[in-house]
Parts: sequence; structure tokens; C-alpha cells
Amino acid sequence: MSQPRHLAGEFFLSGDEACAEGAINAGCRFFAGYPITPATEIAERMSERLPEVGGTYIQMEDELASMAAVLGASWGGVKAMTATSGPGFSLMMENIGLGAMTETPCVVVDIQRAGPSTGLPTLTGQGDMLQARWGSHGCYSIIALSPDSPQELYDLTIKAFNLSEQFRVPVLIMSEAATGHMYERVVIKSVEELELLPRRKPNVPPEEYLPYQPDDDLVPAMASAGEGYGFHTTGLTHDERGYPAMSVEAQDRLIRRLVDKIEKNKDAIIELEEDGTENAEVIVCSYGISARISQMAVQMARDEGMKVGILRLITVWPFPDERIRGLAQTARAFVVPEINYGQIVREVERCAGGKRTVLVPHMGGTVHNPHTIFEAIRQAVK
Amino acid sequence: MAERHEIRLCGFGGQGVILAGHIIGQAAAIYEHKHATFIQDYGPEARGGSTRADVVVSDERVTYPYIETPTVLLAMSQPAYDKYHPQNHRDALVIIDAELVKPIVEAGKKVISVPARRIAEELGRTAVANSVMLGFFTAATGIVSPDAIKKAIAASVPKNTIELNLKAFDRGYAYGLEHSEAR
Repeated sequence: MSQPRHLAGEFFLSGDEACAEGAINAGCRFFAGYPITPATEIAERMSERLPEVGGTYIQMEDELASMAAVLGASWGGVKAMTATSGPGFSLMMENIGLGAMTETPCVVVDIQRAGPSTGLPTLTGQGDMLQARWGSHGCYSIIALSPDSPQELYDLTIKAFNLSEQFRVPVLIMSEAATGHMYERVVIKSVEELELLPRRKPNVPPEEYLPYQPDDDLVPAMASAGEGYGFHTTGLTHDERGYPAMSVEAQDRLIRRLVDKIEKNKDAIIELEEDGTENAEVIVCSYGISARISQMAVQMARDEGMKVGILRLITVWPFPDERIRGLAQTARAFVVPEINYGQIVREVERCAGGKRTVLVPHMGGTVHNPHTIFEAIRQAVK
Repeated sequence: MAERHEIRLCGFGGQGVILAGHIIGQAAAIYEHKHATFIQDYGPEARGGSTRADVVVSDERVTYPYIETPTVLLAMSQPAYDKYHPQNHRDALVIIDAELVKPIVEAGKKVISVPARRIAEELGRTAVANSVMLGFFTAATGIVSPDAIKKAIAASVPKNTIELNLKAFDRGYAYGLEHSEAR
């Protein structure tokens, strides 16, 4: 059956399938990956869809090579993506760091399963949330998004490509098996209706081009191989020409910029969803499937007269410090359900200004029972 | 309160149980604009053993897409029935293939049956037994309209089997209407 180049309309899709369609509509034309449950369906769908739109799908020998190929494709001028789960995400860490250092736009999807190691291969988890931020060595900043539905896996994949082009950084989609394998209605707009950011191309002649000379927003323009612009790129600390520069001064200038281009543009990056947070005594702060499940617990608490709000982190990294500091002015406590033994709760606690911060942990395999979250809210209200 | 239906379909791998669940979800979500989620049991044990699909249909957003106590259990094999019926909601409607499942008869439990495999055999292909079950399910529960299910069937099955699957659906639907105990 021949499919149109781009889907448009309403479809009953899994999160994984929706993610792949989001990539296609965002203009992704290269996927390199290695199959792993529960992310395999993204690779499967991309292997069918990319040839239909003139793109390239490569099944690589492992996740190290997958990530390397994605970086290479991006330097070739193509929007590129890979998808994996925990064990593969670990293997990609070194080259994600190379992507951060060389400022290479690309999207990495982690459909999390319960770890560590091989863990529960088919069952859900959220244990890679700090690895997403700190997994590669050295000092850098990264963007990570967390969808709570197949629809959002579609929408945020498009957003991830835009952010990666805007800030020249690998953008991570931190989803989980529960959302990747869930089917729901997904509304796909026609490509013409989408706002897609193109690559920031140099606006100077080739002889004046400095590949790592930043614009005012700290992000440099990026020429693609074969366009007549000479460039050099390296994982070594480098100067504005892209040449290795082994000095304290070059290191200071580069690392500050790699971090600041994300942290100082937080307002343009961060997306949050809030419901009833004004005047709430307790705020449930969560992300991904755990935030979705929390909505049921919040409703149960409200039905019993408790003043509870919910803050859903659609953007997890960079972390919305300021918003949580603001909410801590009025809230008495934060409740943080997540499918791990305490990761994002550390960030919330850091910003909570001494207000009580309660972790609702779940070691993985399933999502939380909403009653468990409800009970934590009830205890926090006391 | 939101109207929330928690539908569990189960049977042997290969009977089209997963596809039937996907069709119910698609019919509700796309062709009737209700809220619906579909989740299949996903594990290494699925092959050859019992398979399971969970569908939630609601008139509000489904914040919790999992099923603890099904309100409808549709069982196409004895082992799957044995495994899942103890988890049912106390008022659950149980729908079984009359010749493949021997239900445990208990006072107050609603169990209805259709000879889906036999009807499919009469139509020349046992593979469409799941469409017979879908027809019976549609008549018996009224959760999704027959029109929506038929659209979802046509969008889901191989093109050269659409007609046969729709015929199978009609047979199951008619059987459901005829047997008034179905409602």
C-alpha cells in the first residue's frame, strides 16, 4: 500500500509510531539505529517511511555507531535522528557528548524501560532522567523533553528538531515504554501548517566564515559539507575557527558558551503545563506518563477538598528552577512521583526553598497506582 | 462521573485478538471522537500463549490507560479465560466463543456466547472469527456503533479480506441482536 509522502488527518497510533511520523514531518531524512525494545517500532516505522520521502535509513552495528552516523549526517546537512532505550542510551553517551561539543543538531529518542543494565526489557521505567543531563563526561548543557501521550510524542518530536536547529545541540526525547507502546488518537496537521526551523546557515562569504563564531544568542551558524565553506570540527577544545586550542582561556570561553547558550535562553526553551497551581497548598510535579497518572490522583484529592495543583514538566532539561522557586513562595509542599528511586525530585528539592519535597518512587515495570500518589498528597497536606 | 468502559480481549496468539482490540480503540477514537486508549500485553511470553489487549473507552480524557478490573471481558480461548476472568469487575459482562470456552457458572455473573469460530468456518475462513466476535460485542454492549467498527475494520484488515471481514462482522452482529439475552 503506497502512503502519501506526509500523513495528515487523525490516526490511531502508538507513541512510537507517532514519534516517527513527527520526525518525518519535521523534515528528518536520516535515521541510524539499532533495534531495542521498547523503541524498535520507531526504527521499524522509519525504515518504511524514510525511503518513501527520499530519506536514508541505516541499521547500524550498535548504538555507538548509530550516534556517530547521526552526527555525520547532520554535518552533511540533513536532519537526523536515532531512537533507543536504556542500554543503548548508555552506549550513545560518548557521542552525545561529541554532539554537544561540536554543536551538532540532532534528535535522540529514549523510550525508557526499567534498568539498570538489561533490567526489565519490555516494561516501563524513568530511570534515565539524570543520565540525560549528566551522562556524557565534561561540562555541557542539553535539552530534554518529556511527552505524556502519543500525540505529544508526535508534537514534541517536531519541537525537538526545531530546538536542535535553533540551539545547535542534541535534543533528547525522554519518553517511556508506557507511552511509546500506548495507542491513542493522534492529530497530524499538514506539513504546510507546521513551523519548521531550517538550519542557521552562514550569511557571510566563505572566506569570512568562522564556524564557531557565535551570533548574539551565543549560537554559531552552521555550514554543511559541500557548500563551499571550509570548516574544521573536533571534539578537542577549539577556537572560533574550529581548530584545537589547548589553552585555559579557550576552554573557559567555549564551555561557558556551550552551557550559557542553553541556560541563558531558558525562557525560549522551557515549556510547562500547570493546572490549579495558584493558591495550591500542595503541588504535584511530574513528567511523562507519571504526570499523566498523577492527574487522576490530583482529581481524587480535589474531590476530597484538598488544594492541589499540578506542574507538568514538558521540558525537563534545562530545569525550570525559576518557576519552582516561584511556586515555593505559596505552596507548602511538593510531591514528585517518578518511576525511579529519586532523580528529578533532587532538582525540585533544590528549588523548593526548604519547602517539604516528597518523592513518590516506583522501581519500574508498571506505572504508579494513582492511589499511592493520592496517599502521598494526603500526607503532604497534613 | 465520566462513562468509562474497560474492555479486555484475550485469546491465543494468532486469533486476531490484538487486532480486534485495536479496531475497537480506533473505532471509538477516530470514527466516534470519543477518548480511547489501547494497550497490548507486551512480553516475551506472548508467542504461542495467551495474548491480551486492553481498551479503555471514555467520554473524558483517559488519564489512567490501564485496566485493573475489566467491565467487559472478551475471551476466545479457555486458558485466557481462566487466567483473566478472576480479575473482572463484579458487574463485568463476559463474552466468549461458545465452542472454545467453558465458563464457570456463578449466580449474578453475566456470560454471553457466540459460536464465532463456527460461523467463521461457515464463511470459509476461521481467521475472521475475531470479526464475528467484534460484531457480537458491538450488538451486545453498544459501546461503539456498528458503523464506526465497520469503518475501522475496513481501515485495518488486508484489502482483499475487507468484504469477508465485514460479512463476518454482520453475522456476529445479527447473532447478537437475535439473542436478546445479549443486552
